[in-house]
Amino acid sequence: MDIIPSIDFALWKGMDSKMFIEQIINGLTLGSTYSLIALGYTMVYGILELINFAHSEIYMIGAFLGLVMVSVYKLPFIAALLVSMAGSCLLGITIEKAAYKPLRRANRIAPLISAIGVSIFLQNAVLMLAGPQARPFPTGFNVTNLNLGSLRISSLQLIILLVSIVLMVGLHFLIQRTKLGQAMRATAQDKETAQLMGIKIDQVISFTFAIGSALGGAAGVLVGVYFDSVDPMMGFFPGLKGFVAAVLGGIGSIPGAMLGGLILGLVEMLGAVYMSRYKDAIAFAVLIFILLLKPTGLLGRKVQEKV
Amino acid sequence: MNYYFQILTVIMINSILAVSLNLVSGYTGQLSLGHATFMGLGAYAATLFTLKLHLPFLASIILGATVAAFFGFVIGVPTLRLKGDYLAIATLGFGEIMKNILLNLQITGGPMGLRGIPKVTNIYVATAALILVIFSLNRIMNSRVGKSFIAIREDELAAEAMGINTTRFKILAFIIGAFYAGMAGGLYAFLFRYINPKDFGFMKSIEILCMVVLGGMGNTYGAVLGAFIITVLPELLRSVSPVIAQYRMVLYGLLLVIMMIVKPQGIISGSSLSNRIKRKKLLEKGGQ
Repeated sequence: MDIIPSIDFALWKGMDSKMFIEQIINGLTLGSTYSLIALGYTMVYGILELINFAHSEIYMIGAFLGLVMVSVYKLPFIAALLVSMAGSCLLGITIEKAAYKPLRRANRIAPLISAIGVSIFLQNAVLMLAGPQARPFPTGFNVTNLNLGSLRISSLQLIILLVSIVLMVGLHFLIQRTKLGQAMRATAQDKETAQLMGIKIDQVISFTFAIGSALGGAAGVLVGVYFDSVDPMMGFFPGLKGFVAAVLGGIGSIPGAMLGGLILGLVEMLGAVYMSRYKDAIAFAVLIFILLLKPTGLLGRKVQEKV
Repeated sequence: MNYYFQILTVIMINSILAVSLNLVSGYTGQLSLGHATFMGLGAYAATLFTLKLHLPFLASIILGATVAAFFGFVIGVPTLRLKGDYLAIATLGFGEIMKNILLNLQITGGPMGLRGIPKVTNIYVATAALILVIFSLNRIMNSRVGKSFIAIREDELAAEAMGINTTRFKILAFIIGAFYAGMAGGLYAFLFRYINPKDFGFMKSIEILCMVVLGGMGNTYGAVLGAFIITVLPELLRSVSPVIAQYRMVLYGLLLVIMMIVKPQGIISGSSLSNRIKRKKLLEKGGQ
């Protein structure tokens, strides 16, 4: 096999090259969902410098919306995904208007606590409505395994990768090529100057929350389908890891969030082979390692400290 | 009556936690999202000292707090080079790693936790501990060390220019905070007689932070007040009616948001230097 020429496989206890590649595919699949979550964090942080802790709940509610659309309204998967994204959009905008906007002039910690409050509120509201049990996610399409030579990819993984790539390319187009994207970049760079240039900041912030939340909701649906399980607490760890991915790539940087998610997914899946019991700790160990070596993340800009 | 004593004891323990986090985040200005980690380390260490080595209660608590302080040093040295949100995330990360380790070790009982801890903590012990903590903290805050902490919060660069070794003092604040939190953890273990890694997770850290912010950052008595409110509120909601009890976590989240919108500086706002200067400037502007 020429694809991975010089890796000493003796290092990977009992793992041959086939398993190695499958593990990489698993990692990329998981990582692409982390990327989608990370984008929401990074876009909001880029503009408001706020860690939006409610994002993990938007992800969870997105998954629930998708589940309701598929199981109650019998929508096809793609339609359910779109409805869920639209719903998450509205939720994101509402949260921003209700819980963050009144605090824009307050100190740094107030919006953070407010975000945590929203997160606790939403999580427990869903817990009351839906109960604590995990529900399966019936997709309607039967999962087949595609055999590429000797390795297997499930059609589900392909769909998740495909949807993630489409969303990320779409986002890139939106940010780089449209007027709205330009306004978002300008606001992230300097809010006051952007305002002087006639950019309506409130609208831009709303759009940022809308887009980030839509991506988060999509990630929720994809993960719900992937693990065939949706529950009210499902947002906690993916939310934290999405944030880790955003910091890893350099918070505020959109390509960084994509890269950070993929790296985190890969590291986690490969690390899980060695020490599966410490799977959740791996992500945070990576985070601290990166923060110590390069506090601004892999693709983050260096911020000059003003005196 | 027993029930009320139990709640009062929990208030004392939570007050120690809030006061100790207030030292790190309120006075020194270093936002930590992993304070429950130190509480957990203190709880586990104190429990193990008693269960495995059969040390007396007081020795276990103090040794447990020392272990927590040691980890405060180990975690503080690398992370306190980071600033603001990055520091917050690093402390969060360390908290999750520590929880994961506690969940997987043999000696800590893994996810089953540790049980069979003797019940020693009561209202008198907890109150004495809180008074001791507040007294020693006031002594620290009125000393050169405490003034350095506040200088770091107000302006790190200026503090450094004044010859304060900021990294060293930040680590010191972290160690002292971890010691107190570890002590609270020990008291917690000897009160509930059962500990589990999940008791000391991210949500507990957030709860402690909420106490500090609610009471008012940078004010010891504000932290105690915050601890009182956050501890009593869910119990109160539960006693009002069983229907409301079901919604108490929902209401808790809602109240946090409303609290921040109505009074983001907390109930008793700490009088920081920058606040005073701002107020003065406002007054001058008003006078013109």
